[in-house]
Amino acid sequence: MKRLFVFLSITILAVQIQAQDKYFTKTGKISFDATTSKSPENIDGVNKTAICVLDTKTGNLQFSVLMKGFEFERALMQEHFNENYVESNKFPKSEFKGTITNNASVNYAKDGTYPVKVKGSITIHGVTKEIVTDGKIIVKAGKINAVADFSVALADYNIAVPSLVADKLAKTASIKVDCVLEPLK
Amino acid sequence: MSNNVKKFFIFIFVLSSFAAKAQQQQSDDLLSLVDKEKPKKEYVKYAFKSSRVINGQSMEFISPGTMDFRILHRFGQLDQGYKNFFGLDQASMRMGFDFGLYRNLMIGVGRSTYKKELDGYFKYAPIMQATNGGAPLTVALVGGITMNTSPWADPTIQNYFTSRLAYYYQVILGRKFSEGFSLQLSPTMVHTNLVQLSSQPNDVFALGVGGRLKLTSRMAITWDYYHLFNGREKGVNYDPLGIGIDIETGGHVFQLHFSNSTGMNERAFITETTSTWSKAEIRFGFNLSRIFQIKHNKSRG
Repeated sequence: MKRLFVFLSITILAVQIQAQDKYFTKTGKISFDATTSKSPENIDGVNKTAICVLDTKTGNLQFSVLMKGFEFERALMQEHFNENYVESNKFPKSEFKGTITNNASVNYAKDGTYPVKVKGSITIHGVTKEIVTDGKIIVKAGKINAVADFSVALADYNIAVPSLVADKLAKTASIKVDCVLEPLK
Repeated sequence: MSNNVKKFFIFIFVLSSFAAKAQQQQSDDLLSLVDKEKPKKEYVKYAFKSSRVINGQSMEFISPGTMDFRILHRFGQLDQGYKNFFGLDQASMRMGFDFGLYRNLMIGVGRSTYKKELDGYFKYAPIMQATNGGAPLTVALVGGITMNTSPWADPTIQNYFTSRLAYYYQVILGRKFSEGFSLQLSPTMVHTNLVQLSSQPNDVFALGVGGRLKLTSRMAITWDYYHLFNGREKGVNYDPLGIGIDIETGGHVFQLHFSNSTGMNERAFITETTSTWSKAEIRFGFNLSRIFQIKHNKSRG
């Protein structure tokens, strides 16, 4: 009797530890483009060190991005981005914390592409806003690819655009998210 | 069921419920599961908007793969009044090209109208200020050479090419104390091969004090002062002092300033500043800096 209990308890614990439902990456790709149609130069940045964690059981999804990790074509643009627009020393990180609202319709055990709706709060430049966007979850060979496309208005996050550059720098930035998540051990 | 077994069962039950609770908490902050790394050492950048404070070199380097095209103007003295439009009728200029090679190495060349002088320099920082356990200040070394290309003053005597040359050596000790305030000290030595007067020393030692106070993200007040320890003759030459404003517009940095020096390389402004603030012999000047990206940023892919 005693042995049976011990065996059962250990099994319960073991199952709890083994249950694999969290996926993550530290090399997620997040890019943005804030170029106006008339601008002679592209104003866009790429970050390849975004952190993303997904809990497939609950549909909880979180991102964290170091603003200094955005790479630009021109070093001067990168300086202006960090110094004058997003103020990276004051606000080093941007974060998203939310959930996949239709998480039940995604079968993480089966390869395929699943359209998802994501809802949550995004923090950029110290300002937090609620956001809802469409995205895709692509399950392939035990890895999860999270893809989304949305745009943010710079003014919503207290990022001022001086009139001098208004013909180059758009008032809204389109943001692309592309993260390949692996099981979190 | 023995008492012991019961106790053990309860123990396991409590334990597992704790574990469940712990997991619940984790799901609230998933990021903490992976983002455990300590903040990395990071070089402090943008202590100054430009690679020069006003006249002298700053602790700042231009980014690798970029070229800085610099056009410098120094006008005549303000006290000349309306006749010479407060000095704007007379302009002395220097045109220069600076190149960023590494994050801590840059070189540059320039030519000034004053004495038709060519100059070239390198700036290298063996130590750079960094956050999270890095160095508290930047130590940069500057070495430069200037060459006077104007015709010989007296062509009837034997003139030597080396007489055209002067050298300068500088150590910059700088620190960005906060987002808005940077300060640097720069001990400097200028060696002139041929001086104009026998009373003037060939080696002049000076200490520079340069600083920046940021007003807004695109505007800052700067000051640049050099104290000469020797080679300063009353009524002949003075300590150079410049006070200015840096204004950043898109791709340009404008440095507008008032100073008592005309020279735009280290030899000229340290050893040959012939006006003085005390007699209001001030002149307006500006540096215009335009950065060009020469090399593609590879890490972007």
